[in-house]
Amino acid sequence: MTGTTTENPTRLKRSEWLQDHILYPSIGFGILIGLWALGGWLLAMSPETSNFTKFGLLPTLKAVPGLISSGYIAEHIWASGYRLAIGLILAILVGVPIGIAIGLSKITEQISNEPFQLLRMVSPLSWMPIVVFVFPKWDQAIIFLITVAAIWPVVYATAAGLKKVDPAWFKVSKNLGASFRQLLSEVIFPAIAFDIFTGIRLSLGIAWVVLVPAELLGVSSGLGYAIKDARETLAYDQLTAMVVVIGILGFILDSFVARMVKRYSWQRDL
Amino acid sequence: MTKRGVHIAVNNLSHRYAARGPVTFDQVNLVSLPGEVLAIIGRSGCGKSTLLHIMAGLLPPTAGEITIDDSQVKEPSPKWVMMFQAPHLFPWMKVSQNVGIGLKFANWSEDRIKERVEKTIKLVDLEEHAESNVQDLSGGQQQRVALARSLVMEPEMLLLDEPFSALDAFTRAALQKDVRLIAKDLGINLVIVTHSIDEAVLMADRAVIMAGSPGQIEEEIVVSLPEERNAQDPEVQKIRGHLMETFRRVSTVEN
Ligand SMILES: Nc1ncnc2c1ncn2[C@@H]1O[C@H](COP(=O)(O)OP(=O)(O)OP(=O)(O)O)[C@@H](O)[C@H]1O
Ligand SMILES: [Mg+2]
Repeated sequence: MTGTTTENPTRLKRSEWLQDHILYPSIGFGILIGLWALGGWLLAMSPETSNFTKFGLLPTLKAVPGLISSGYIAEHIWASGYRLAIGLILAILVGVPIGIAIGLSKITEQISNEPFQLLRMVSPLSWMPIVVFVFPKWDQAIIFLITVAAIWPVVYATAAGLKKVDPAWFKVSKNLGASFRQLLSEVIFPAIAFDIFTGIRLSLGIAWVVLVPAELLGVSSGLGYAIKDARETLAYDQLTAMVVVIGILGFILDSFVARMVKRYSWQRDL
Repeated sequence: MTKRGVHIAVNNLSHRYAARGPVTFDQVNLVSLPGEVLAIIGRSGCGKSTLLHIMAGLLPPTAGEITIDDSQVKEPSPKWVMMFQAPHLFPWMKVSQNVGIGLKFANWSEDRIKERVEKTIKLVDLEEHAESNVQDLSGGQQQRVALARSLVMEPEMLLLDEPFSALDAFTRAALQKDVRLIAKDLGINLVIVTHSIDEAVLMADRAVIMAGSPGQIEEEIVVSLPEERNAQDPEVQKIRGHLMETFRRVSTVEN
């Protein structure tokens, strides 16, 4: 009897899983690629735009192997990845403590609220002209822009996480003999990790979006530069290939953080 | 286990939260003998929770001291565990992880933790839920987890601050009985704060009534009743009546 009751639900679950994780996403991607192919075909059809046929699906796919084997893609991913990583790490290192300060103290929250909301609404890229004067290197300027763009979600998600922390957890933990380190690792971190990673996920999205335009100026490496370079050399297939690379990489990074978010989520939806 | 409980003494304990603020309670003296269940009854606001926090070492008193056998309570310790009105469990953990957290803090090995946790979970009758997330349990079951989380440390003294007041009457009655039995079995001194005279009569070996502002101990009664207590027994009724009368008297004086 237990055999039949356990078999059915798992089989059902398996087909549901295939549907949710394979079938539907494939349909979605299929539509996207179809639209791209259609766009390329339309470009080729009209004599006015036939110069841009290389934006289409097939020319782009043909360009990819060469870009990979020459190390072109890897080189620019490496340059961008470095800036993104440092920028994000700085945003987390600065943002989490500020978030903790805001989450724990009403006064800090009230003092910081208006100025932070104002700063938050300034498009990060509008700092660009100032930033390039302040920092001697373009790399530093770009990293600063990423940090400025990425810091706010981390700050506010951390603060929101702390508000959900039950103060009695501290009392209980102290009573049961927790050291300060154990309090951090066993109570505070698991309690707010979900929120921190949710903030990081938003930050990553923003940072990724800011990164490419920031690299359009000054530097001679990175995904943004690669796009500019391709445009200037009229290598449109290469340009689209880089756009695809940016999309795929962003998608992978986001899925990774999304998994962390899921892993640390404990709150019931009720 | 040869030792059956500890001798608890509260000596001239006074407290105020702010230097110039009101005195919460003044010159409180209490004694509880080894293995006893002590009930502290009193109206809302007379300082019962404050007293319990001080006894657990979670709050330093303004004056006076608490001694447990020969040691003085100066800071929180797993030897003196407090349980609150709400379970305050860690919602990202399973039942077994919640129960074992104190042992983890004490750096016990996984195996030893597992063994002790299993034993404790059995004690509070939650074997079936050991691997459930605590958010999936009822209020009464959650309070049992909180109890197990405290018991797992095998404390000398367990302080309960109105632990059953949020539960329905049946669950409450069952837990009152179980907690007393478990404490007796393990030789743990219980100190229970309650609004309910019935709870005190059913659970305690000694009951004190706290009243006034600043709070003071107005009455102390030894509850000498058999282990099997029934709300309808004449003996139980008699002690209940006496406590009720005293409670009314000290409360009217106050008003
Ligand atoms: N953290 C605090 N700071 C200042 N005053 C406090 C604090 N906690 C409690 N008090 C005050 O001390 C007095 C006693 O509070 P306490 O919580 O000990 O009462 P209680 O007897 O447990 O009441 P209840 O039965 O409602 O739980 C109250 O007047 C309360 O307002
Ligand atoms: Mg209280």
